[in-house]
Amino acid sequence: MTWTKKDILDIESLSRDEITMLLETASGLKEISERSIKKVPTLRGKTIVLFFMEPSTRTRISFDIAAKRLSADSISISASTSSIVKGETLIDTARNIEAMRPDILVIRHSSAGAPHLIAKHLSVSVVNAGDGMHAHPTQALLDMLSVREVKKEISGLNVAIVGDIAHSRVARSNIIGFSRMGAHVTIAGPPTMIPAGIEALGTTVAASVDAAIENADVIMMLRIQKERQKRFLMPSEREYAVRYGLNKSRLACIRPDALIMHPGPINRGVEIAPEAADGPNSIILEQVTNGVALRMAVFYLLAGGVRNADSD
Amino acid sequence: MRILIKTGRVLDPGKTDLVADMLIIDGKIADIQPPGSQALSQSSVDTEIDATGCIVSPGLIDMHVHLREPGHEYKETIESGIQAAAAGGFTAICCMPNTSPVNDNAQITRYIVDKAASFNAVRVFPVGAISVGLEGAQMAEIGEMKSAGIVAVSDDGRPVVDSLLMRRAIEYAEGTGILVISHCEDPYLSDGAMNEGPFATRLGLSGIPNASESIMVMRDIALSELTGCRVHFAHVSTRESIEAIRAAKQKGIRVSAETAPHYFMLTDNAVAAYDTHAKMNPPLRSEKDRLAVCEALADGTIDVIATDHAPHAMLDKAVEFDLAANGIIGLETALPLALSLVQKGVISMEQLLFKMSANPAGIIGLKSTLDIGESADITIIDPDRVFTYKADSGRSKSRNTPFDGWEFKGCAICTMVNGRIVYRV
Ligand SMILES: [Zn+2]
Repeated sequence: MTWTKKDILDIESLSRDEITMLLETASGLKEISERSIKKVPTLRGKTIVLFFMEPSTRTRISFDIAAKRLSADSISISASTSSIVKGETLIDTARNIEAMRPDILVIRHSSAGAPHLIAKHLSVSVVNAGDGMHAHPTQALLDMLSVREVKKEISGLNVAIVGDIAHSRVARSNIIGFSRMGAHVTIAGPPTMIPAGIEALGTTVAASVDAAIENADVIMMLRIQKERQKRFLMPSEREYAVRYGLNKSRLACIRPDALIMHPGPINRGVEIAPEAADGPNSIILEQVTNGVALRMAVFYLLAGGVRNADSD
Repeated sequence: MRILIKTGRVLDPGKTDLVADMLIIDGKIADIQPPGSQALSQSSVDTEIDATGCIVSPGLIDMHVHLREPGHEYKETIESGIQAAAAGGFTAICCMPNTSPVNDNAQITRYIVDKAASFNAVRVFPVGAISVGLEGAQMAEIGEMKSAGIVAVSDDGRPVVDSLLMRRAIEYAEGTGILVISHCEDPYLSDGAMNEGPFATRLGLSGIPNASESIMVMRDIALSELTGCRVHFAHVSTRESIEAIRAAKQKGIRVSAETAPHYFMLTDNAVAAYDTHAKMNPPLRSEKDRLAVCEALADGTIDVIATDHAPHAMLDKAVEFDLAANGIIGLETALPLALSLVQKGVISMEQLLFKMSANPAGIIGLKSTLDIGESADITIIDPDRVFTYKADSGRSKSRNTPFDGWEFKGCAICTMVNGRIVYRV
């Protein structure tokens, strides 16, 4: 199989084979980060622009490190340094960036569909690093990579996603991604955070958090995003932690081999107790490590790197 | 000036339906006679229009148009708007007050009336604001605006949130002989970018539930019942609103309602890949709602088809979906879209003409007639003319339409205002 897609805009537009190819490529590239000299010349001479219209340190750094490990030149543009604040439209800004001939444009934006808008108007490869509440494809891919490393197969697994599904692009991308790979995805959270018609994405809504996690192979807790909270979604963080958090008492009821995941950054003691985040079932830091490998794979495939070059 | 319209189907719904020749003299309908009748062919005419196979109808009236002048002339001017109206078969339009400055006083009303009159084409009847600056706080000078030429008041684009203001407005307006048009929307529930449901969830866009509309419809029905005064509902889009209006009418409450062609043609799946031409307020709804709108058009619950013609420049639309302006242009596509309902058997041709002429005329207090001696405001419709609609060749200054490139069957081939031909294919 050869990679043919120009962009990675969401999980929905990726086939099962394409997802597998991304995961396998990432597995192959992961070893580079374990070397003492963590750099291969694969994408030497390629330019990657990280265009972050929404603040994010972790995701941007992960993309940045991934670019550097492949010897690509990466440059970051944030909302405050871009011309958007001077009244330029998104398309105009993107066209100006494209005029400097980058090979890949990574974009994060608070508006759902912004990467799609750019991809429609530009010929450069576009990678969605998170758009509003819509999609976060590289997060879902790195989550699948992390699960696959431990469980070998995604197909047949029970995956529970718990929390603010309505406002979570991570949840949407993971529901679509894991179900496309053959897992059974169940979601749970306060009814105020379960969006209308979510079942159509390939999931079932559990009656309670306990019902969702009791038989789960994978438990993914979502961050309660205070900055994106609309009013009246929940009475208090304290009540949320008791009723919907992965707390100590719930931890006692999960399967012994269940994986605990979180896209980060975590609110300790709110959606996840320290015992869960730091315990033996947690692969939260492994997710971060895999994020770099996965994003290397994304760059590698989109920039058309030569497979031999990375094994120097 | 004598115009002879030959062998058209003269159709004034509920009154006249016959194939005939019509003679217009000096702006007035002078005579209607069987085709080829001696009486008409003997008189010499300046213009002869062959209307064989066409419908000669009272002029179409669009009671919900945004003309953007004054203030946003880059989107539409009064002149370009009335040209688009003429091309769409409309002889009269009502323009909403959300211009800049807002049409909330007699001076602005007079400006619009005078400017429109200077083009001597499609008739323009302004709608004034209910509240000063559309701010929902203080009642605008409805009586003064009435003297200057408004036919209705509305804060269209925004709901009147304060129920007391709405009550007083419909009472006061009734006493002035003015209709109140309600833009039904609960702003607390409508903080979203598209219809709430599976499509919005998939696209990661926040949703606007049906209840954001029907709550306000129900409130205003209650206020109409309380006061005994009329209320007209703009752009009805949900089945719950329709059920409420149907029940209110059965109870004898004095409400009327309009919908726009996009609500009987499209659903929220048109947003598909963040197409901002499918972004409007109220949003495109589900298929169930679309079917309810069709049913309500058929059974008379919805009285009027109006366009909610909302011109926006590319600048306002070629942006992130949640930042894009709401609305689409509609003057040049409304009649073909309504005719598609006739072709599908949803409504009859007579019903179409009621909803696009006689009913809005009755609701606002205008004329829609083919009676001898009346002003010749006439639309000639060729129901069989097939064409591909190209937004680029439209008369409107704006191009924001989801119907670009659609193939249509049926359109206006001639629009006549006061015996003056303002559009002819
Ligand atoms: Zn409105």
